[in-house]
Amino acid sequence: MVVEAGHFALALALGLSLIQFLVPLWGARANDPVLMAVGPTSALAVFACISFSFLALTFAYLNSDFSVLNVVQNSHSAKPLIYKISGVWGNHEGSMLLWVLILALFGAVVAISRNSIPMRLQANTLAVQAAVTIAFLLFILTTSNPFTRVVPAALEGQDLNPLLQDPGLAIHPPLLYIGYVGFSISFAFACAALIDGRIDAVWARIVRPWTLGSWTFLTLGIAMGSYWAYYELGWGGWWFWDPVENASLMPWLAGTALVHSTVVMEKRDALKVWTILLAILTFSLSLLGTFLVRSGVLTSVHSFAVDPERGTFILGILILFIGGSLALFAWRAPMLKQGGLFAPVSREGALVVNNLFLATACATVLIGTLYPLALEVLTAEKISVGAPFFNFTFLPLIVPLLLLLPLGQTLAWKRGNFLGTAQRLYAVFGISLLATIVLFAATYGGPVAAPLGIGLGLYLVLGSINEIATRAWAKGTPLSVAWRKARGLPRSAWGTALAHAGVGLTVIGIAATAWGVEAIGSLKIGERLKGGDYEVRLERVIPRVEANYREEAAVLTVFSSGRELGTLETMKRLYVTRGMPTTEAGILTVGLGQVYASIGDTQPDGSVGVRLYHKPLVLLIWIGSLVMAIGGGISLTDRRLRIGAPVPAKAVPPHAVPAE
Amino acid sequence: MRFVLALIASLLFSASAFAVQPGEVLKDPALEKRAREISTGLRCLVCQNQSIDDSDAQLAKDLRLLVRERLVAGDTDDEVENFLVQRYGEFVLLKPSFGTHTLLLWLTPALVLVLGGMGAYAALRRRPQPTAAALDDGEREALETLLKHDQST
Repeated sequence: MVVEAGHFALALALGLSLIQFLVPLWGARANDPVLMAVGPTSALAVFACISFSFLALTFAYLNSDFSVLNVVQNSHSAKPLIYKISGVWGNHEGSMLLWVLILALFGAVVAISRNSIPMRLQANTLAVQAAVTIAFLLFILTTSNPFTRVVPAALEGQDLNPLLQDPGLAIHPPLLYIGYVGFSISFAFACAALIDGRIDAVWARIVRPWTLGSWTFLTLGIAMGSYWAYYELGWGGWWFWDPVENASLMPWLAGTALVHSTVVMEKRDALKVWTILLAILTFSLSLLGTFLVRSGVLTSVHSFAVDPERGTFILGILILFIGGSLALFAWRAPMLKQGGLFAPVSREGALVVNNLFLATACATVLIGTLYPLALEVLTAEKISVGAPFFNFTFLPLIVPLLLLLPLGQTLAWKRGNFLGTAQRLYAVFGISLLATIVLFAATYGGPVAAPLGIGLGLYLVLGSINEIATRAWAKGTPLSVAWRKARGLPRSAWGTALAHAGVGLTVIGIAATAWGVEAIGSLKIGERLKGGDYEVRLERVIPRVEANYREEAAVLTVFSSGRELGTLETMKRLYVTRGMPTTEAGILTVGLGQVYASIGDTQPDGSVGVRLYHKPLVLLIWIGSLVMAIGGGISLTDRRLRIGAPVPAKAVPPHAVPAE
Repeated sequence: MRFVLALIASLLFSASAFAVQPGEVLKDPALEKRAREISTGLRCLVCQNQSIDDSDAQLAKDLRLLVRERLVAGDTDDEVENFLVQRYGEFVLLKPSFGTHTLLLWLTPALVLVLGGMGAYAALRRRPQPTAAALDDGEREALETLLKHDQST
C-alpha cells in the first residue's frame, strides 16, 4: 500500500513539475506576479511528493518488503540497519530517485528564499529546474521504476553488493549527488538570466553560494569515494583514473573554475558571458557523468547496444539540455552587456588564467574518457586510455596552475603589479625552495617527485598563510592589533586561504606517496615481513561467522625498528548470499602515514599471502580535501552570501568589499 | 559514483583483491622493479580499466608472469611492450601510442590550452583598456582657465 502510494506520489510530482515549468515561465513573460508566484508553491509541492516517494521506498527497505523487486534485488533481512537504509540508493533505480529528490530539494530552497531573489529571476529559474525534474521523473517512471512489485513475493532478498556494505559508501552517494545536482541550480540561474537577457553582479551574488555549496559537497563526495577505494578495494591506491571517477572529476574541475569566475563577476562585473557558459557546461558535465555511469556504456559499447533503453533515454536528456541550453546561449549571449575592464596583469587576469588551465584539464579528462568509446564506435579499433595517459597529460596542466596560485591570490584587482606581488612572496618562495633542497638532499637517490611535490605543496600552504598575514600585519603593527585585524577579515578571505592551503596539503600527501614502500610475502604464524622501516608479524588467523558473511581475520603486530606499535586486523570475507569475496584492509595510522596490510590466498603449505605497504603522509590527501571543503563552508557563511538574507546590492558599503 | 565501479568490478573479478602473488616476485629486485613498472602500464584485458598489476584475474596473472619471463630472457622494457602489443593489440597499453588514430586524443590538451589562451587574449584586447576619458570642449576650456589662473598667481 505504502509502496503504491510512493509510486503515485512520483507520478503526481511529474504533474506538479509540469505546472512548475509552464506557469512561472508564462508569468515571467506576461509579467504577472500571480502566475510567477505559482513557481515557489509548486516547487515545494514537488519536493513534498518526491520526499514522500523516497520515504516510501525507504520504508519498504526497512521492513524488508520482499514483494518489491528493488528490495529483493538489493536487500536482505539479516543486513544491518544502516545498510538497509543505504541500500535505498545503492542501486540504479533508488539512486535515480535520490537524484531527483536532491533536485527537488534545491528547487524548494530556491522557492523559500523568495526575498533575496528578484521575482522574475526566481520564476524563470524554477521553470528551468522543473524542466530537468520532468525529464528525470519521466526517466524513472518509464525505465527505472523502483516500486515494481514481484508476484509471488520472494522469501528472502539477494543482499546488497558487499562492496557497498561500508559506512563510507553509505554516505558517499548522497554527498556526491548534492554536489552534482547542486550545479543544476547554477545552470537554471544561467538559463534564467539568458531567457531574461539580463545579468549583473546581483545575479552573481545570488548564484555564488549555490555554486560554492555544490562544490563543497562534491569535494567531500569525491574525497570520501577516494578514501573508500583506498581501504576497501585493497590495492592501496587512492585514485585510478577510472571513467567513473573521471565522471565526477570533470564537474569538479569545471565547478572549481565556475567558483572562481563568479568571484570576478560579482566583484568586478566582468567575465559575464564566460561565467554563464561555464555554469551551463558544469551541469552538462554532471549530466554526462550520470549518462556514463547509468547507461552501462562504460562496461562496454556492446552492452549499451544490447539493452539501450535506459542509455538512450539519458542520452536524449543529455542532448536536449546541453543542446537546448547552448542554443539559448548562442542566441541570447551576444545581447549581454560586457562590463568591468581590467588589465591583463590583475586578479581578474589571474583568474582568467586559472579558468583556462582548469578548463583545459577538464577537456583533457573528457577526451581521455570518451575517446576510446568514440574510436570504437567509429572505427571498431580498440584502445585503452588509463592512468599513465592521464598522469602524463594532467600533471603538466595542474602544476603551472598551482605555481601561479599564490601569485594570483596576492595580485590586486583591476590592475596589478607583478613584481610587487612577487616581492610579497619572496619569503614563501624561499622557504619552499629550501625545504625542497633539504628534502632532496636527505633522500638523495630516492624518487625526485616527492621533494618537488612537497615543496610545491608547502609553497601553497605558506602562500595562503602569507596572504592572511600580510593583510592583517604590517611592519610595526603590534601582534594584538594584527590578530584583531585578522579576525576582522571577511570570512570569504579566510575561506579562500583555507581552501588553497587544503590544495597544498593534498599535493604534499600525493607527492609523499612516491616514498611509499611495498612488500609481498607469504607468512606462517609467527613469521615476519619487512617493508621499509616497518615490519609485521602474523599472530593468528581467526575464522568468524557474522550475520551475512563469513570471514578469516589475520591479526598482525606492527613493529618499527624493534619497537611494537600496535596491531592491525585484515580480513578476507565471503558474503554468503551472493557468494562474493571481499577484502578488508588492515590499517594502522602512524602520525599522518599509514601501515596498510591486506591478505590474499592461503598457500598450499598453510602460509598466508600478505601484502604490506607503508604510506607516509598519505592521510594528507584526504585531510587536504577536507580543509578545502571547510574553506568552502566558511566562505559560505560570509555575510554577503548568506542565503535568504535580504541584502540589496547598494546596502553594502564599499569598504566592506573584500579583495579576495 | 565509485560504488557503481565497485558493482562492475565485483562482477569482473571474484577473487580477493591481492594482485601480485608472493610466488610471482622475481629474485632480482631491479628486474622485479622493472616488471612492476611495466605492469602498471598494461591493461588487464578482461577487466574494467585495471592494470595487470592491480588485477586478480587469471589472465592478469598470466600476463605478469609473461612480462617477467621476457625480462629474465633479457628483453628491454620496450621489447616486452612490443611483444604484448603484437599479441594482444594496442588495447593492452593503458597509454595509447601516438599515431593518426590517436592524434586528437594527444593533441586536445595542447589545442584547448593554446586556442583558449589566444581566445582569452583576443577578447581582452578587443575591449577598450581602462584609459582616462577624453575631455570635451567645455572641460578643456575650464582646464585651460584653471591652468592660466595657476600660472598667473
